Amino acid sequence: MSHEWPLWEIFIRSQHGLAHKHVGSLHAPDAEMAVKNARDVYTRRNEGVSIWVVKSADIVASSPGKKEPMFEPASSKVYRHPTFFPMPDEVKHI
Amino acid sequence: MYAQMVDTGAKRLRSLDELSSEEREFQARIDADIKIEPKDWMPEAYRKTLIRQISQHAHSEIVGMLPEGNWITRAPSLKRKAILMAKVQDEAGHGLYLYCAAETLGVSRDELIADLHSGKAKYSSIFNYPTLTWADIGAIGWLVDGAAIMNQIPLCRCSFGPYSRAMIRVCKEESFHQRQGFDIMMTLCRGSAEQKAMAQDALNRWWWPSLMMFGPPDATSVHSAQSAQWKIKMLSNDELRQRFVDQTVPQADYLGISMPDAELKWNAERAHYDFGPIDWDELYSVVKGNGPCNRERLRARVEAWEDGAWVRNAAMAHAEKHAARKAA
Repeated sequence: MSHEWPLWEIFIRSQHGLAHKHVGSLHAPDAEMAVKNARDVYTRRNEGVSIWVVKSADIVASSPGKKEPMFEPASSKVYRHPTFFPMPDEVKHI
Repeated sequence: MYAQMVDTGAKRLRSLDELSSEEREFQARIDADIKIEPKDWMPEAYRKTLIRQISQHAHSEIVGMLPEGNWITRAPSLKRKAILMAKVQDEAGHGLYLYCAAETLGVSRDELIADLHSGKAKYSSIFNYPTLTWADIGAIGWLVDGAAIMNQIPLCRCSFGPYSRAMIRVCKEESFHQRQGFDIMMTLCRGSAEQKAMAQDALNRWWWPSLMMFGPPDATSVHSAQSAQWKIKMLSNDELRQRFVDQTVPQADYLGISMPDAELKWNAERAHYDFGPIDWDELYSVVKGNGPCNRERLRARVEAWEDGAWVRNAAMAHAEKHAARKAA
């Protein structure tokens, strides 16, 4: 009998208080081994202070085919950006 | 290179009018330097070529551990041993980053490994040469990793997102490999006459195979045009090879050793080094399986896989038992 170890997605938080960031994936039989393997594969040079592992099968992603209907509503709302409102040069600290 | 002579399935490059509307849209994204991600639509040939290329690259990292692993127990000092272990461990890591990138294209790692073991998938020809002396460890880091960097830096900009991201990680770690190799060569060249002769001997044996790593000359490389159009090959074999020669010859001059090539000389007009003809029959023969160590390398990989099977299965059985107990 032989079946492949499941795939895990690995997220690492770097030193400077940033959010965990996806760095890649790896195979491991369980969560504990996934964390240990992630240490060896993704943090050999002090890249992180914390590791999250998530089974790849448990990740739900938006569909690339529906990019337009999904993200188009935001692109027409430029007033959400501060640069939409021109400020006179005389007005400071705004 | 680490991926040599990758088959694209293309006999010739098709013009834009011959492409379907989906293919045209895809090509337009590539031309605009928009990365292709795993779930995006892609031509089947692009997907298959990338699986071949990335897996060949991954296999090279893994098989590449064997010639260097050969010297871990015999490294000349504890410091050199620790460094070599770290380097070989990096190669394992690079193999894993690359297998992950290939897996995003819908193929499993076990399938990729099975293709390596059956001989269907290739790995770089360079790892079929033996490491006869400690100086070979220096020559591999300096020349083989140096050639790999030359190829991998442009690949950081390749069109497929996961491959490009894997290359960025690999390149960050690879310079240490080249420098540790040059450092070994430098120490030998500053040592006794015998040590310097060892360094020269290693250079003699590794120079031509290193140049072959870049693959056949552009004129005979049928798949390059398609790979270049898809931006999974950024510079041609001959361009990369020339850059490598230009970069490496002055480094050998510094060491006080010389390439085994009587025709090697600076061409002021071209502003490049000219070099002698490469024995392509040797490359084709090694790729076909007849290099000095092909059988030994593959046997070592298959043995490691088979001997480790009970460990993989036991770990899985343990994990399943605990998951079942938790669920109950």
